Amino acid sequence: MTPTSSPAKAAKTPPAGLSRDQLLELYYWMRLTRTLEERLVALYRQTKVVGGLFRSLGQEADAVGSAFALDKQAGDILSPLIRNLGSMLVRGATPVEVLKQYMAKGDSPTRGRELNIHFGGPERGFIGQISHLGDMVPVMAGVTLTFKMRKEKRVGLVYVGDGATSTGAFHEGLNFAAVQQCPLVCIVENNKYAYSTPTRKMTAAKRFMDKAIGYGIPGVEADGNDVLAVYEVTKAAVERARQGGGPTLVELHTFRRKGHAEHDNQSYVKPGEIEEWAEKNDPLDRSIKTLTTDYGFAMDQLTAIDAKVVAEVDAATDEAEKSGPPEPRDALNGIYADPPVAPVLWYREGIRAAVDKNERAQGWGTYNG
Amino acid sequence: MAEVTYLEGIRQAMLEEMERDPNVFLMGEDIGAYGGAFKATEGLLEKFGESRVIDTPISEAGFVGAAAGAAHMGMRPVVEMQFIDFISCAYDMLTNYVATARYRAFLPCPMVVRGPSGGYVRGGPFHSQNPEAAFLHTPGLKIVYPSSAADAKGLLKSAIRDEDCVLFFEHKYLYRRIKEEMPQGDHLVPIGEAKVVRPGKHLSIITYAATVWKSLEAAEQLAKEDGIEVEVLDLRSLLPMDEEAIVRTVKKTNRVLVVHEDTVTGGIAGEITAKINELCFEWLDAPVRRVAAHDIPLPYAPPLEDFVLPQTSDIVRAARWVAAY
Repeated sequence: MTPTSSPAKAAKTPPAGLSRDQLLELYYWMRLTRTLEERLVALYRQTKVVGGLFRSLGQEADAVGSAFALDKQAGDILSPLIRNLGSMLVRGATPVEVLKQYMAKGDSPTRGRELNIHFGGPERGFIGQISHLGDMVPVMAGVTLTFKMRKEKRVGLVYVGDGATSTGAFHEGLNFAAVQQCPLVCIVENNKYAYSTPTRKMTAAKRFMDKAIGYGIPGVEADGNDVLAVYEVTKAAVERARQGGGPTLVELHTFRRKGHAEHDNQSYVKPGEIEEWAEKNDPLDRSIKTLTTDYGFAMDQLTAIDAKVVAEVDAATDEAEKSGPPEPRDALNGIYADPPVAPVLWYREGIRAAVDKNERAQGWGTYNG
Repeated sequence: MAEVTYLEGIRQAMLEEMERDPNVFLMGEDIGAYGGAFKATEGLLEKFGESRVIDTPISEAGFVGAAAGAAHMGMRPVVEMQFIDFISCAYDMLTNYVATARYRAFLPCPMVVRGPSGGYVRGGPFHSQNPEAAFLHTPGLKIVYPSSAADAKGLLKSAIRDEDCVLFFEHKYLYRRIKEEMPQGDHLVPIGEAKVVRPGKHLSIITYAATVWKSLEAAEQLAKEDGIEVEVLDLRSLLPMDEEAIVRTVKKTNRVLVVHEDTVTGGIAGEITAKINELCFEWLDAPVRRVAAHDIPLPYAPPLEDFVLPQTSDIVRAARWVAAY
């Protein structure tokens, strides 16, 4: 095949006002998500990742396509879920900070206070989640209520999974946002499993989008593994919110191809299901096919992006590994604005660190006299 | 000058802070046209409009979470629990999301959750609670529970200006029963400072909220009948707690009774006792004793409620025991 960067004659016009450069950009963010997570797996196996590792393998299109529909200039804000690394990268999170965060470095975004991708701030366009599923829906209702009160043309986007739709917080938050007509888009990533629990044990509803009726808001759906379809459906919901139309519930159909976290062997998944999604419905494979077949991009343009991504992740890894762990006593800083430092307990006065060497398994409860 | 009730002090605090700062807004159930179940927000909808006095759906987790999101964006939400008993519905949001936000994500969460608390009003198990101890154990929150009208106003104004989340407990028994002349001007009471409301030299009663008044009644009786001069320390703020004031009164009287309306087991009195033990054990001439509610969900019928809750006569009996030790 002769490499070429000019579109083939029959190239389609990109949907929803996307430019050809933006088509490549979407591919770039999905590839970056996957490559960065693969790097995290390697670091996890080297025990350099301190806590659990959460993959979004197979869900890159839903994260990237939806986040891409927000407007950076307008100051839109999203709140990601654990499988929205791609959304955060699109909004400006960097690979080096994600790596530092996972490795619990002292100069990681949360200075070692929180795990994985739980970080962010309104000024960055993404607000870090907490582990309690559904809680970010009321919080984002409040963020977008503020947009409305200040008459700002900004939009918020909050992700929940199929599992979180069962929580009270999801219901209370979405109902509040609907009553107040907050400019909030709520995305349900239906990836078929909440940890090991299949959707049929999570809800008796046929479709998550149908829940929208109960809140008096529109419910829409899209193929979550088609990045362009995700972009299109989210963009419409975002613009509707921006124009004062209130919240939309968007269901994106996808599939979680890895376990809840890296330790989970997915024994509960029907044999062949993961392989089938990998083979027939991988968002990156589908994107490559669309870009080369429908939009006339040459394969070398995509492999060049792949190479650029690997170089970026390599450089980020080198940089992240240079950082050290946090100073132990930084643990006491910043629980309140005032007082800024919590008092040290009497038996730790004058002591810099609790232990010289971190106590690991052999130091825990193994006293045998 | 007209005297002002505890409830009016609270209403004035919100009114003044909303006039001072356009970022201050209110959310809660029935707080708009109705003015709140106890009328704490009466007249504020008319004055500030629906965008700043928001009637919410019945969803404490929803609007406490929304307050947190708004607070991140620079707003100063003040949310009302119709009865503080319902704060348990927002327990997750407050303890997991709000309390940790500054520490884990450097997200400021300046907001106030306020509401009518406490018993002695025949409210039964779900309109009489004192759930402050459930939050004392959560780093990141502040807790205030005033006993006087001036403190209610001054502390609420400070709470609204605080950079962190303040849980503001209001005693509904005191709402309309106590009045005082309100200090003029921008009356602020700092969070974290206790106040000696009656000086004495023989015994200290450390307390807060409605039992401040019961302790004052007891002190009066003890002075008249026993010649015991009781010092009553009103903590006012529970988190942070004024340890210096506690130590000061212990060193002065050497005998301590801790009194609160909440149930005894796991109540704040236990924490105060532990602090005294750690900070000034050698100044004690008697064991620290507690007067608090029995470990019972608060019953409705007057003879039952009266039996479960601490009464003035209980404080008198307990104080005599400590004084005689």
